[in-house]
Amino acid sequence: MIWRTFWILLAITAVEFTLAYFMKAGGLRTSIFVIMTLVKAFYIVGEFMHLKHEVKSLIWAIVIPIVFIIWLLIALITEGGSIFELR
Amino acid sequence: MAATVTTDSLTTDSEQVFDKKTWMGGVEPMKVSYGKLMMWFFLISDTFTFSALLVTYGLIRYSYPAWDPAIYGEVFKFSNLYWPTPEKVYNSVPFLHGIDLPLIFVGIMTFILIFSSVTMVLAVEAGHRMDRADVEKYMLWTILGGFTFLGSQAWEWGHFIHGTETGTTISELVNGQTIQRTIFGANLVENQYGPPAFADLFFFITGFHGTHVFSGVVLNILIFYRAATGLYDRRGHYEMVEKVGLYWHFVDLVWVFVFTFFYLV
Repeated sequence: MIWRTFWILLAITAVEFTLAYFMKAGGLRTSIFVIMTLVKAFYIVGEFMHLKHEVKSLIWAIVIPIVFIIWLLIALITEGGSIFELR
Repeated sequence: MAATVTTDSLTTDSEQVFDKKTWMGGVEPMKVSYGKLMMWFFLISDTFTFSALLVTYGLIRYSYPAWDPAIYGEVFKFSNLYWPTPEKVYNSVPFLHGIDLPLIFVGIMTFILIFSSVTMVLAVEAGHRMDRADVEKYMLWTILGGFTFLGSQAWEWGHFIHGTETGTTISELVNGQTIQRTIFGANLVENQYGPPAFADLFFFITGFHGTHVFSGVVLNILIFYRAATGLYDRRGHYEMVEKVGLYWHFVDLVWVFVFTFFYLV
Protein backbone atom coordinates (compact mmCIF):
# COMPACT_ATOMS: atom_id res chain seq x y z
CA MET A 1 0.00 0.00 0.00
CA ILE A 2 2.90 2.31 0.82
CA TRP A 3 4.59 1.77 -2.54
CA ARG A 4 1.28 1.97 -4.40
CA THR A 5 0.72 5.41 -2.88
CA PHE A 6 4.27 6.46 -3.86
CA TRP A 7 3.71 5.47 -7.50
CA ILE A 8 0.38 7.32 -7.57
CA LEU A 9 2.05 10.47 -6.21
CA LEU A 10 4.89 10.14 -8.71
CA ALA A 11 2.46 9.66 -11.61
CA ILE A 12 0.40 12.71 -10.65
CA THR A 13 3.57 14.81 -10.32
CA ALA A 14 4.76 13.61 -13.73
CA VAL A 15 1.44 14.63 -15.31
CA GLU A 16 1.69 18.02 -13.57
CA PHE A 17 5.13 18.56 -15.11
CA THR A 18 3.87 17.57 -18.54
CA LEU A 19 1.04 20.08 -18.27
CA ALA A 20 3.46 22.74 -17.03
CA TYR A 21 5.54 22.39 -20.17
CA PHE A 22 2.91 21.80 -22.84
CA MET A 23 -0.32 23.45 -21.75
CA LYS A 24 -0.96 27.15 -22.11
CA ALA A 25 -0.84 29.08 -18.85
CA GLY A 26 -4.23 30.23 -17.65
CA GLY A 27 -7.19 29.67 -15.36
CA LEU A 28 -7.94 26.16 -16.66
CA ARG A 29 -4.39 24.94 -16.19
CA THR A 30 -4.23 26.47 -12.70
CA SER A 31 -7.50 24.76 -11.75
CA ILE A 32 -6.18 21.40 -12.94
CA PHE A 33 -3.00 21.92 -10.89
CA VAL A 34 -5.04 22.75 -7.79
CA ILE A 35 -7.22 19.65 -8.18
CA MET A 36 -4.18 17.40 -8.71
CA THR A 37 -2.45 18.93 -5.68
CA LEU A 38 -5.56 18.26 -3.57
CA VAL A 39 -5.53 14.62 -4.73
CA LYS A 40 -1.87 14.38 -3.70
CA ALA A 41 -2.73 15.96 -0.34
CA PHE A 42 -5.52 13.42 0.13
CA TYR A 43 -3.07 10.55 -0.38
CA ILE A 44 -0.31 12.01 1.80
CA VAL A 45 -2.67 12.80 4.69
CA GLY A 46 -4.87 9.73 4.27
CA GLU A 47 -2.24 7.04 3.72
CA PHE A 48 1.20 8.33 4.77
CA MET A 49 -0.22 10.07 7.85
CA HIS A 50 -2.72 7.25 8.27
CA LEU A 51 -5.66 9.63 8.82
CA LYS A 52 -8.01 7.59 6.63
CA HIS A 53 -7.73 4.74 9.11
CA GLU A 54 -8.32 6.77 12.24
CA VAL A 55 -11.52 7.30 14.20
CA LYS A 56 -14.18 9.46 12.47
CA SER A 57 -14.06 12.21 15.11
CA LEU A 58 -10.32 12.73 14.53
CA ILE A 59 -10.78 12.82 10.75
CA TRP A 60 -13.44 15.51 11.09
CA ALA A 61 -11.33 17.42 13.66
CA ILE A 62 -8.67 17.79 10.95
CA VAL A 63 -10.87 18.30 7.89
CA ILE A 64 -13.48 20.76 9.17
CA PRO A 65 -11.04 23.62 10.06
CA ILE A 66 -9.98 23.60 6.40
CA VAL A 67 -13.15 25.54 5.56
CA PHE A 68 -11.57 28.58 7.20
CA ILE A 69 -8.70 28.29 4.73
CA ILE A 70 -11.15 28.05 1.82
CA TRP A 71 -12.84 31.22 3.07
CA LEU A 72 -9.48 33.01 3.40
CA LEU A 73 -8.49 31.95 -0.10
CA ILE A 74 -11.69 33.23 -1.71
CA ALA A 75 -11.61 36.49 0.26
CA LEU A 76 -7.97 37.32 -0.40
CA ILE A 77 -7.89 36.34 -4.07
CA THR A 78 -10.84 38.68 -4.53
CA GLU A 79 -8.83 41.41 -2.79
CA GLY A 80 -5.90 40.71 -5.09
CA GLY A 81 -8.14 41.08 -8.09
CA SER A 82 -9.45 44.44 -6.94
CA ILE A 83 -5.88 45.69 -6.29
CA PHE A 84 -5.06 44.64 -9.86
CA GLU A 85 -7.93 46.78 -11.11
CA LEU A 86 -6.59 49.73 -9.17
CA ARG A 87 -3.03 49.51 -10.52
CA MET B 1 -27.58 24.59 33.78
CA ALA B 2 -28.86 21.61 35.74
CA ALA B 3 -27.46 18.27 34.74
CA THR B 4 -28.98 14.86 35.22
CA VAL B 5 -26.47 12.07 35.47
CA THR B 6 -27.68 8.66 34.35
CA THR B 7 -25.61 5.50 34.29
CA ASP B 8 -24.04 5.93 30.87
CA SER B 9 -24.95 9.35 29.53
CA LEU B 10 -24.96 12.93 30.69
CA THR B 11 -28.01 14.99 29.75
CA THR B 12 -28.31 18.77 30.05
CA ASP B 13 -31.39 20.96 29.98
CA SER B 14 -31.11 21.32 26.23
CA GLU B 15 -31.41 17.53 25.96
CA GLN B 16 -28.02 16.96 24.30
CA VAL B 17 -26.60 13.59 25.21
CA PHE B 18 -22.86 13.02 25.67
CA ASP B 19 -21.60 9.50 25.88
CA LYS B 20 -20.09 9.54 29.36
CA LYS B 21 -17.85 6.57 28.67
CA THR B 22 -16.11 8.41 25.86
CA TRP B 23 -15.94 12.01 27.07
CA MET B 24 -15.76 12.02 30.87
CA GLY B 25 -12.07 11.24 31.19
CA GLY B 26 -9.83 8.29 31.75
CA VAL B 27 -10.06 7.11 28.13
CA GLU B 28 -8.77 8.27 24.73
CA PRO B 29 -11.87 9.70 22.97
CA MET B 30 -10.28 9.60 19.52
CA LYS B 31 -8.45 6.32 20.17
CA VAL B 32 -4.99 7.89 19.77
CA SER B 33 -2.52 8.73 22.51
CA TYR B 34 -2.22 12.22 23.98
CA GLY B 35 1.11 12.86 22.24
CA LYS B 36 -0.16 11.86 18.81
CA LEU B 37 -3.35 13.90 19.18
CA MET B 38 -1.38 16.97 20.24
CA MET B 39 0.89 16.53 17.22
CA TRP B 40 -2.20 16.50 14.98
CA PHE B 41 -3.50 19.70 16.63
CA PHE B 42 -0.12 21.37 16.24
CA LEU B 43 -0.14 20.40 12.56
CA ILE B 44 -3.56 22.06 12.13
CA SER B 45 -2.12 25.29 13.55
CA ASP B 46 0.92 25.04 11.29
CA THR B 47 -1.43 24.41 8.36
CA PHE B 48 -3.07 27.76 9.10
CA THR B 49 0.33 29.47 9.18
CA PHE B 50 1.38 28.12 5.80
CA SER B 51 -2.06 28.64 4.29
CA ALA B 52 -1.95 32.28 5.35
CA LEU B 53 1.45 32.68 3.69
CA LEU B 54 0.42 30.90 0.51
CA VAL B 55 -2.91 32.73 0.19
CA THR B 56 -1.00 36.00 0.68
CA TYR B 57 1.25 34.92 -2.17
CA GLY B 58 -1.84 34.30 -4.27
CA LEU B 59 -3.24 37.73 -3.43
CA ILE B 60 -0.03 39.62 -4.26
CA ARG B 61 0.68 37.65 -7.42
CA TYR B 62 -2.90 38.08 -8.61
CA SER B 63 -2.63 41.84 -8.05
CA TYR B 64 0.16 42.09 -10.62
CA PRO B 65 -0.31 41.61 -14.37
CA ALA B 66 1.27 38.58 -15.97
CA TRP B 67 3.57 38.81 -18.97
CA ASP B 68 1.50 39.36 -22.10
CA PRO B 69 3.28 39.27 -25.49
CA ALA B 70 0.67 41.60 -26.95
CA ILE B 71 1.62 44.35 -24.50
CA TYR B 72 5.22 43.73 -23.50
CA GLY B 73 6.82 42.29 -26.61
CA GLU B 74 7.26 38.92 -28.31
CA VAL B 75 10.23 37.71 -26.27
CA PHE B 76 9.87 37.28 -22.52
CA LYS B 77 12.22 39.35 -20.40
CA PHE B 78 12.31 40.16 -16.70
CA SER B 79 10.67 43.39 -15.58
CA ASN B 80 9.36 44.84 -12.35
CA LEU B 81 6.10 45.74 -14.09
CA TYR B 82 4.77 42.20 -14.29
CA TRP B 83 5.09 38.88 -12.47
CA PRO B 84 7.68 36.61 -14.12
CA THR B 85 6.90 33.24 -15.65
CA PRO B 86 8.36 30.70 -13.20
CA GLU B 87 10.00 28.50 -15.82
CA LYS B 88 12.07 31.49 -16.95
CA VAL B 89 13.35 32.07 -13.43
CA TYR B 90 13.95 28.54 -12.14
CA ASN B 91 15.79 27.02 -15.05
CA SER B 92 19.19 25.98 -13.80
CA VAL B 93 20.62 22.79 -12.35
CA PRO B 94 23.83 22.44 -10.30
CA PHE B 95 26.89 21.40 -12.32
CA LEU B 96 25.03 22.15 -15.58
CA HIS B 97 25.86 25.83 -15.87
CA GLY B 98 24.31 27.71 -18.76
CA ILE B 99 21.94 24.99 -19.91
CA ASP B 100 18.27 25.98 -19.88
CA LEU B 101 16.44 23.28 -17.91
CA PRO B 102 13.17 24.80 -16.70
CA LEU B 103 11.82 23.35 -13.44
CA ILE B 104 14.07 20.27 -13.63
CA PHE B 105 15.93 20.92 -10.39
CA VAL B 106 12.78 21.62 -8.42
CA GLY B 107 11.35 18.39 -9.80
CA ILE B 108 14.37 16.53 -8.43
CA MET B 109 13.90 18.25 -5.06
CA THR B 110 10.23 17.23 -5.00
CA PHE B 111 11.11 13.64 -5.78
CA ILE B 112 13.73 13.59 -2.97
CA LEU B 113 11.26 14.90 -0.41
CA ILE B 114 8.42 12.56 -1.41
CA PHE B 115 10.85 9.63 -1.37
CA SER B 116 12.03 10.60 2.12
CA SER B 117 8.36 10.54 3.17
CA VAL B 118 8.12 6.98 1.83
CA THR B 119 11.18 5.90 3.83
CA MET B 120 9.59 7.55 6.88
CA VAL B 121 6.41 5.47 6.42
CA LEU B 122 8.61 2.38 6.10
CA ALA B 123 10.33 3.33 9.38
CA VAL B 124 6.93 3.61 11.10
CA GLU B 125 5.88 0.26 9.68
CA ALA B 126 9.13 -1.29 10.93
CA GLY B 127 8.36 0.18 14.34
CA HIS B 128 5.01 -1.66 14.37
CA ARG B 129 6.97 -4.89 13.85
CA MET B 130 9.41 -3.89 16.65
CA ASP B 131 12.21 -4.31 14.08
CA ARG B 132 14.88 -1.96 15.41
CA ALA B 133 17.37 -2.56 12.59
CA ASP B 134 14.83 -1.59 9.93
CA VAL B 135 13.69 1.45 11.92
CA GLU B 136 17.31 2.65 12.08
CA LYS B 137 17.87 1.97 8.39
CA TYR B 138 14.79 3.83 7.18
CA MET B 139 15.27 6.75 9.61
CA LEU B 140 18.79 7.19 8.22
CA TRP B 141 17.45 7.26 4.67
CA THR B 142 14.86 9.86 5.72
CA ILE B 143 17.53 12.02 7.39
CA LEU B 144 19.72 11.77 4.28
CA GLY B 145 16.79 12.81 2.08
CA GLY B 146 16.11 15.76 4.37
CA PHE B 147 19.71 16.99 4.29
CA THR B 148 19.85 16.58 0.50
CA PHE B 149 16.68 18.64 0.15
CA LEU B 150 18.11 21.36 2.42
CA GLY B 151 21.36 21.44 0.47
CA SER B 152 19.44 21.69 -2.79
CA GLN B 153 17.28 24.52 -1.48
CA ALA B 154 20.43 26.32 -0.29
CA TRP B 155 21.85 26.03 -3.81
CA GLU B 156 18.58 27.40 -5.25
CA TRP B 157 18.77 30.39 -2.90
CA GLY B 158 22.40 31.04 -3.75
CA HIS B 159 21.73 30.90 -7.46
CA PHE B 160 18.62 33.07 -7.13
CA ILE B 161 20.48 35.68 -5.09
CA HIS B 162 23.47 35.68 -7.43
CA GLY B 163 21.42 36.16 -10.58
CA THR B 164 22.01 35.56 -14.27
CA GLU B 165 25.01 36.65 -16.34
CA THR B 166 23.21 39.47 -18.14
CA GLY B 167 21.06 40.74 -15.28
CA THR B 168 18.13 43.07 -15.89
CA THR B 169 18.43 46.70 -16.89
CA ILE B 170 15.89 49.03 -15.34
CA SER B 171 15.16 52.70 -15.87
CA GLU B 172 15.00 54.88 -12.80
CA LEU B 173 14.22 58.51 -12.10
CA VAL B 174 17.10 59.83 -9.99
CA ASN B 175 17.38 63.56 -9.22
CA GLY B 176 15.09 64.45 -12.12
CA GLN B 177 17.08 62.37 -14.63
CA THR B 178 16.19 58.98 -16.04
CA ILE B 179 19.15 56.62 -15.68
CA GLN B 180 19.68 52.98 -16.62
CA ARG B 181 20.90 50.56 -14.01
CA THR B 182 21.55 46.83 -14.27
CA ILE B 183 20.45 44.65 -11.38
CA PHE B 184 21.82 41.18 -10.78
CA GLY B 185 20.15 38.57 -8.63
CA ALA B 186 17.87 39.32 -5.72
CA ASN B 187 17.60 40.73 -2.24
CA LEU B 188 14.66 41.85 -0.13
CA VAL B 189 14.59 45.32 -1.70
CA GLU B 190 14.85 44.61 -5.41
CA ASN B 191 15.45 41.73 -7.78
CA GLN B 192 16.17 41.24 -11.46
CA TYR B 193 13.24 38.86 -12.07
CA GLY B 194 10.16 40.94 -11.29
CA PRO B 195 8.52 43.15 -8.67
CA PRO B 196 10.25 43.27 -5.23
CA ALA B 197 7.42 41.15 -3.80
CA PHE B 198 8.47 38.27 -6.06
CA ALA B 199 11.79 37.74 -4.30
CA ASP B 200 10.38 38.71 -0.88
CA LEU B 201 7.73 36.00 -1.06
CA PHE B 202 10.18 33.44 -2.45
CA PHE B 203 12.59 33.96 0.47
CA PHE B 204 9.86 34.16 3.10
CA ILE B 205 7.86 31.10 2.12
CA THR B 206 10.68 28.76 1.07
CA GLY B 207 12.61 30.02 4.10
CA PHE B 208 9.75 29.17 6.45
CA HIS B 209 9.41 25.78 4.81
CA GLY B 210 13.17 25.17 4.88
CA THR B 211 13.23 25.98 8.60
CA HIS B 212 10.52 23.38 9.14
CA VAL B 213 12.51 20.83 7.12
CA PHE B 214 15.58 21.61 9.20
CA SER B 215 13.75 21.20 12.51
CA GLY B 216 12.24 17.99 11.14
CA VAL B 217 15.71 16.64 10.33
CA VAL B 218 16.93 17.55 13.82
CA LEU B 219 13.96 15.72 15.36
CA ASN B 220 14.55 12.73 13.10
CA ILE B 221 18.21 12.56 14.18
CA LEU B 222 17.15 12.68 17.83
CA ILE B 223 14.56 9.94 17.42
CA PHE B 224 17.02 7.86 15.38
CA TYR B 225 19.48 8.12 18.26
CA ARG B 226 16.84 7.09 20.80
CA ALA B 227 15.75 4.14 18.66
CA ALA B 228 19.35 3.08 18.07
CA THR B 229 20.16 3.10 21.80
CA GLY B 230 17.18 0.86 22.48
CA LEU B 231 14.82 3.25 24.30
CA TYR B 232 11.76 2.24 22.27
CA ASP B 233 12.57 -1.45 22.59
CA ARG B 234 12.54 -1.01 26.37
CA ARG B 235 9.37 1.09 26.16
CA GLY B 236 7.62 -1.61 24.15
CA HIS B 237 6.45 0.58 21.26
CA TYR B 238 7.82 2.85 18.55
CA GLU B 239 5.04 5.43 18.71
CA MET B 240 7.53 8.31 18.86
CA VAL B 241 8.63 7.35 15.35
CA GLU B 242 5.00 7.73 14.25
CA LYS B 243 4.75 11.17 15.84
CA VAL B 244 7.84 12.61 14.15
CA GLY B 245 6.63 10.81 11.03
CA LEU B 246 3.44 12.91 11.12
CA TYR B 247 5.54 16.08 11.31
CA TRP B 248 7.74 14.93 8.43
CA HIS B 249 4.77 14.14 6.20
CA PHE B 250 3.33 17.55 7.01
CA VAL B 251 6.59 19.14 5.83
CA ASP B 252 6.33 17.11 2.61
CA LEU B 253 2.69 18.13 2.17
CA VAL B 254 3.51 21.83 2.53
CA TRP B 255 6.22 21.44 -0.10
CA VAL B 256 3.70 19.89 -2.50
CA PHE B 257 1.59 23.05 -2.18
CA VAL B 258 4.55 25.46 -2.32
CA PHE B 259 5.93 23.69 -5.39
CA THR B 260 2.57 23.86 -7.16
CA PHE B 261 1.90 27.54 -6.51
CA PHE B 262 5.42 28.90 -6.92
CA TYR B 263 6.77 26.81 -9.76
CA LEU B 264 3.89 25.34 -11.74
CA VAL B 265 1.13 27.93 -11.76
